[in-house]
Order: sequence, then structure tokens, then C-alpha cells
Amino acid sequence: MSRMNGMNVKFGYRDNFLGDIRPVDELFAQNVIIEGNRGVINAQGMRHKEINDVLRETAKKGVTDITVNNVFGQRYIGTRLYFPQNHKPLTIEINKFPGNDLGAFLNGHKIIVNGNAQDGVGNTMDDGEIIVHGRAGDVVAMSMRGGKIFIRDNVGYRTAIHMKEYRDKLPVLVIGGTAQDFLGEYMAGGIVILLGLSLKNGEPHRANYIGTGMHGGVIFLRGNVEQHQLGKEVGARELDDADKKIVAKYVHEYCSHFGGNAEEILSGRFIKLLPVSLRPYGKIYAY
Amino acid sequence: MLVQKYFQSERFVPDKDMDACGLFGVMNISGKRFGGEMAINAIKNMKVRGSGLGGGFAIYGLYPDYKDYYALHIMYQNKNLNAKRRVEAFLKEHFYMVYDEEIPTNPDITLFSPPIVWRYFVAPQKKNEELAVPDDEYVVSRVMYLNTNVDDAYVFSSGKDVGVFKGVGFPEEIADYFMLDRLYQGYIWTVHSRFPTNTPGWWGGAHPFNILDWTVVHNGEISSYGTNRRFLEMHNYYCTLFTDTEVLAYAVDLLMRRQGLPIEVVSKIFAPPMWDAIEHMKESDQKLYTTLRMTYAPLLMNGPFTVIIAHHDEMIGLTDRIRLRPITAGAKEDFVFLSSEEAAIRAVCPDLELAWTPPGGEPVVVRLNSKDHLLSVNKSI
Repeated sequence: MSRMNGMNVKFGYRDNFLGDIRPVDELFAQNVIIEGNRGVINAQGMRHKEINDVLRETAKKGVTDITVNNVFGQRYIGTRLYFPQNHKPLTIEINKFPGNDLGAFLNGHKIIVNGNAQDGVGNTMDDGEIIVHGRAGDVVAMSMRGGKIFIRDNVGYRTAIHMKEYRDKLPVLVIGGTAQDFLGEYMAGGIVILLGLSLKNGEPHRANYIGTGMHGGVIFLRGNVEQHQLGKEVGARELDDADKKIVAKYVHEYCSHFGGNAEEILSGRFIKLLPVSLRPYGKIYAY
Repeated sequence: MLVQKYFQSERFVPDKDMDACGLFGVMNISGKRFGGEMAINAIKNMKVRGSGLGGGFAIYGLYPDYKDYYALHIMYQNKNLNAKRRVEAFLKEHFYMVYDEEIPTNPDITLFSPPIVWRYFVAPQKKNEELAVPDDEYVVSRVMYLNTNVDDAYVFSSGKDVGVFKGVGFPEEIADYFMLDRLYQGYIWTVHSRFPTNTPGWWGGAHPFNILDWTVVHNGEISSYGTNRRFLEMHNYYCTLFTDTEVLAYAVDLLMRRQGLPIEVVSKIFAPPMWDAIEHMKESDQKLYTTLRMTYAPLLMNGPFTVIIAHHDEMIGLTDRIRLRPITAGAKEDFVFLSSEEAAIRAVCPDLELAWTPPGGEPVVVRLNSKDHLLSVNKSI
């Protein structure tokens, strides 16, 4: 790189995440209105760390019902809200367009989005609920390990990638529409329900490579899917009575959030996708 | 003079940050020119996608008064005036120069090591056997000559009625530096916020990349760069800018301008369907996609990418075939948007009518005086 004059290329680097963060007291005083246990935050122009600072500050004042307005793409909303001492879970309503990794590591709170969400909704979420009145982007419920996510419309690529369960932790993801490729990729546990309500009669789901590398958990899929859309590691089965109960429970819950006729949805044809092996790549990597 | 920062131990060296660049494009499909406000504010909204090591804009419909002349934007690194003299002597010999000036910059904005940036409006001055060479070819070969033969001089914009402005800084700082919102209008604006991971952040390495009126902004990394580059060298394109995106700009010029392929085909060369997807197609499609894959194998762009490609009358959004980088399209009346993140579109157009995300490898083609962008909606989510 002699032509670059030995330039230290890190020289111009500035911290895009944490540079110019304003003090939380100042932001709280200017942008938060509290009435009893309800609080309203105006997030106009806030960086994502600032929103989470203010959320935390508001929760610490005993507020449990928080509305965040003027959200445009700030990331990680709802993360870092861990309160060890008997704190009631928060309900956070977001207007309208949260950024990536909404509810990352979410610790038992409820997030309601009145718009579309972006990539990484519920990334490694631990517990709680995320309800999106719109669509969501890629890698929804990535590495999710507990709680519930409801998406009203469609989702993007790699939904539920490496979702997992452990003992009493059982994550559930319900999607009203369809998904793009690699649904349930490397899925290790939990329940995914894909309702296909956005598809026209008989139209197959959009996803290819469904359940590629899947080795745990279950996908309940309503509507049509061709054999070649399924990954090599999943098998399709009929639902048994226990399965039907599980699906009915979450479809009713979906309809309680977004409306719609649960019985009509349940009368559609469902299949159940299961991994055919607990260690699909065991032969490749174990030696 | 820049001095390498001294770090006490390896532990304190900043890690290689793996993040993503930010892309945004907006076009008025009736061709009405507008200012840079939307592009600047949208990319500002995605600030965390960049690191301040590169930002840039491409503007179409930029120089209506000089629209018949090639507008060469040339940067001279290290304040190398000797390079400038050499370039200008070369230009005088090979072009008719209609007008030239230093590109105005705002002295109040401090940026990292800015070069001297000059623009020249030129027409080819062909001699003898060169008369048979088409203008575009003539200009491309002269640009390649300058970029490979004159140290410290880089032609980073060479189209008619189009201009690229780029440098090291956050894109909003680049906009302030070149005073884009005050001085210029266009009917397509594309913008890039850079987060360089594998190649250095320097002025020439910022996006958009341009050749003639083609520009490319790119998020991701092209791991097939070596193969692509060698193939392009056989067609007289030389990569000089130390970064992978350059191959895309030249590949687009080769396929679309020289070979006249439509973007719908070109997108299937860059991001072809998987072989097992081809297996499930009807016979005529199988034949087409197999032929494309075999003919243009060295132009397959491997690795994660999202690009916004533009030229006169068209703005195209495309991702790799398994969409390892994001894209969202949006539309409101005559404005069509392409963006890395939906929220950035919403931030500059709160009453958006439509937002959609195409599957990997499926282009969103925004054309002047057409509704072609809606063709991708049905396949999208």
C-alpha cells in the first residue's frame, strides 16, 4: 500500500454506536412524561443507547406501562432491562418502526409494535412476549430460548435460526403470513407456527430450504408446501391430538392479538415438520 | 503527517469490527429533479451501519447545462500537483475541455486527509483510427489509463449528467463538505455509508463506484473478487481502488452497456439460482439459467451482498441469492426508495404507501416513466 502513504486507516474511525451519547438525566427530563404507572417517551432523534437508558430510568421510577413514540430504526430496544428485585414486567408499546434486534435478550417484558419490525426480532430473547402488528425482517427469533413472539404478517429469511429449548424454557413463534428461505435453519428446540394467511388459495409458502440443519423443536405449517422446499434434515408428519391442542392454543392467542377467526384458521390443513436426526452433521464433524 | 498509533499490547488494538454498510437510493420515476435532503437524512438515520470511514453520493440529472459532455471528477491524493499537471496534459491531448473547476467544498468542515478534487467537462478528441471507436469506449480506456498510470490521481466519476461525491467521513459529513443539499439536484440519489472490514478506508475506496454513467453502492463482501477481477482484465477493466466493489461497477458496464443485456438477465448472472432450484424449473428456464451459469461463471458474485446499481433512467436493487444482506423497497407516488433498513425510508417518508422485501437474487428495477418496480412486489414479503 505504498500508494496510500502508509496511512493508518483506523485514524478516521469514530464510535458509531457510543459516540456523542447524551446524559440520561437530561434526556429523561426533556422527553419523558409520567402519569402514575404510565409513561410516554418521545424518542425523536435519540440514539439507541439513549432510548434504552431512558427506558431503564423510566422503569426504575416504578412505571410499568411505557409508550415509546417516534421510533425510527433505533436498535436493541428493550434489552438491558433486567431488574433483580421483584420488579413487575413492563409493557412497552412502540410507535412505529423499531430497528434491528428488537427485544434482544428480553427479560420477561412485553413489547408491542404498532408497525413493521426489522431484522433480528427477539434475538436470544430469554422470556416475555413480542407482538408485531405488521411484518418483520430476517432472522426473527434467532437463538431465542424462551417466551413468545407473534408476527401478524410475513417474515424474512432464516426465521427461528438456532432457536432452542431447555427444561422449562420453551420458546414459541407464531407467524401469520409466510416466510422466506431457511425457515427453522439449525433449529434446536421450541415451536414455530406458520399460518400462511397472506397466501392466496393453494399458493405454496415462499420458503425454500425449510428446516435445513434442524435437529430439535417442531414447525407447524398451515397451507401448501412442496417436498423440494423442505431441507434434507426434516420429515413431514400429520398432527396428533396433543399437537392439535398446542396449535389451537396459540392460534387463539394470535387471534386475540390481531383479530381473525381462529376456528376458520384451524380448519385449514396443517403439517408438522420434525428433524429426522438429532445430529445431522455428526458424521461430518465428529471424528 | 500521520503517525501510527502506539498500542501497549495486542489486547488494545481495536478489533476488526464486523458490521454492515448502509445503502439508500431514491428515484423520482417521472424524472423530476429534487434536492439531497431525503438521501442525507435517511443515511443519517442508519448511522450505526457506517464507521465514518467512507461515505458517498451519486446524483443523476446533476449537470443539465453540460449534459452533452463527460463530467470527469478527479481526486489528487497527497495534494500531488504534479499528478494534476500530468492528468491535465493528458486530458488536453485526448479531449476537448469545455470547462473545469475545483469542486467547491465547505472550508468549515474538517475531514480526514482530503485530496484535491477537480471536475472537468470534456468531449473526446479522437484522431485517425480512433474515429471509429465509440465515445463511451474511448472514455473508458482513457479513464483506465489515468487510474493505472498516474500515481495519486483517480478518476472517480466519468459519466454524462451524473456525478459522484465521496470521501472518508460519515456520509452526512461528505454531504456537508461538498454542500450537496445546497448546490445540487437530481432525479436519482444513491448514497452509501461505509464500514470497511477487509480493505482500507480511504477517499478512493469510498462508494459509489462509477464508470461512465454506471454507479454501484454495495454492502457486503465479494469473495469471488479474484475470479471476477481476472475475467474483467481480459476485457480491459483494471481494478485500482483496493476494494471489492469495483468489480461490480465494471461487470455492470461490461454486461449492460457493452453486451446490452437487460438487468433482469444480469441479476441472474450475478446471483444465479442454485442448481437444485434450476432442477425444479420448466424446461425453457432450465436451459436459460444453465446457459447463463456456464457462460458467465466468472461473473458470479459470491459472498454476501446487497447492491444498488444506477444509470440514466434506472435504479436497481439486488441482493445475493440467499440474501445475506438486507434490502427493503418502498414507494410513494412518483418516489421509489431502496434501503438497507425500512425505518430509514419511513424516517424520510412517513406516509409511505408500500414497503416490500424481495427474495434473494430478485432485482427491484426502478425505471423512468414506468411501474416496473411493482413487478417484484408479488414475489416479496
